[in-house]
Amino acid sequence: MRLLPALLALVLALFVTSLTIGHAEAGARASLSALFGDSEGPLSMVMREIRLPRALLAALIGAGLGMAGAALQGYLRNPLAEPGLIGVSGSSALGAVLALQGGLTASASLGLPFAALLGAVVGVVLVLTLAGPRGGSLTLILAGIAISALAGALTSLVLNLSPNPFAANDIVFWMMGSLADRSMTHLWLALPFVLVGGALLASTARGLDALTLGEDAAATLGLNLTQLRLFVVLGTASIVGGATAVAGSIGFVGLVVPHILRPFVGAQPSRLLWASALGGAALLLLADISVRMILPDRDLKLGVITALIGAPLFLHLIYKTRKELP
Amino acid sequence: MTLLSLTDAAVTLRQRPVFANVSLTIGAGEVVGLIGPNGAGKTTLMRAALGLLPLQSGHSSLAAMPALERARSVAWMPQAREIAWPIPVERLVALGRLPHLPLGGKIPATDQAKIDAALAYLGLDAFRHRAASRLSGGEQGRALIARAIAQDTPLLMADEPIAGLDPAHQIATMQVFCDLAASGRSTLVSLHDLGLAARHCTRLVLLAEGGILADGPPEDVLTDALMARAFGISAWHSQTPSGPVFQPLEVL
Repeated sequence: MRLLPALLALVLALFVTSLTIGHAEAGARASLSALFGDSEGPLSMVMREIRLPRALLAALIGAGLGMAGAALQGYLRNPLAEPGLIGVSGSSALGAVLALQGGLTASASLGLPFAALLGAVVGVVLVLTLAGPRGGSLTLILAGIAISALAGALTSLVLNLSPNPFAANDIVFWMMGSLADRSMTHLWLALPFVLVGGALLASTARGLDALTLGEDAAATLGLNLTQLRLFVVLGTASIVGGATAVAGSIGFVGLVVPHILRPFVGAQPSRLLWASALGGAALLLLADISVRMILPDRDLKLGVITALIGAPLFLHLIYKTRKELP
Repeated sequence: MTLLSLTDAAVTLRQRPVFANVSLTIGAGEVVGLIGPNGAGKTTLMRAALGLLPLQSGHSSLAAMPALERARSVAWMPQAREIAWPIPVERLVALGRLPHLPLGGKIPATDQAKIDAALAYLGLDAFRHRAASRLSGGEQGRALIARAIAQDTPLLMADEPIAGLDPAHQIATMQVFCDLAASGRSTLVSLHDLGLAARHCTRLVLLAEGGILADGPPEDVLTDALMARAFGISAWHSQTPSGPVFQPLEVL
């Protein structure tokens, strides 16, 4: 059980590092004392209004996506599952894209996140309706893929027909995901969704362990599979909806983090939930630090970096898996 | 004490009637072998008795229970040996304790003792820390039997648990069921090895032709007439100084 403290220390270190990086030239000590001090100087403003929400959002969203990935992989008993699989990221992105295209973002500052949340709600309702009230994981995957494909097609359609190249540009950049210039308001918006989602997923821990033995054996261990599936879907949707609403589409965290950490928790799904939450927070903080360190003047997008970090890690895992095969 | 009571059960899957009018009662201290040709509905019968499949008509005492009460009354080892993740064997067996454990925290000593006993029972002590999904098929089968035994229920239902095991472990596993019976726990086990069924089961249930063809002590079920009718085989069956011996001979 030394893994969790180690991960926690890593998250804290990255969190503090994230707070000390930015456009404003200030030493780490000066920035931190400005954050916690009473001064009302410009550095304090920068710390409280710009860097703190950014670091908190990175930790929160990373934790949520990591946990959602671990829960879905556990539920589907498939290491390739990721939070986007149930179609909520796609539908939530579609909601945001429609808001960007329709100019809702100009008339209301929180128009975009609310449109994205609405998209997520529509997506999860559709997935649950399609997958049916009972039934195993297969119908859920199929429904998720169908909704993802549909949302992706509609997003492309909006881009395709967009008469306004600036809106199209906005859409493309938004879809890459970013935490730049987010405020405390964004944090308060995402926080309840990620927390509720996290609580729902945490309640499935025991069920995910039992599912290691398959659905039949899990059912005879006293597990309510219908409720488990509902909690996994609603928990994931809540996290992904909240995350996408404020940060855009951020891939790979939910896929790679559980994969990396699985060997360290003896592959046990319940322990992987918590490890992946911390690991996800660490990965997204690291990615968000990289975004600001590598090309500070070019507004590098977060989703691009998570994919750039995630894909090689994934390749490494494939290589390792291949070596284990006879 | 009745551990399972199935009355007038009928199951239809995809408009195909699998069996009808099946009644089966299992009391304490029995090793009941469920035999029958492929497709006779052995798995369906057990899953329906557990409530995993809807009964078209009839009643099952286990299916009527709330999920948690059922989990403390019967353990189920499905035919498909699913181990999704490379969790250590010890953890796999510990899953059997899930219905008994309070939420969260460490495994209490009494539960750990049952896990250890189940591991020792199936000769898995050396595999304790090995990844369960990387064991051989037979070893996985034993680990899953240990998991079901660790659930510590009055009734154990196992679907072809000895398929794919080596002869020593086949016999040892049947012996485990006999030991459980000696302590008052019962087993309903489906199997195709009629020789082992003859030697280790206290009672055999022959499922064929859409219903129970025979139900009784092995010598009353493994008769030439019934074997010819249900399986289409002839067999040599005899009481020897080393116990009953049953050997299928030819396809009729």
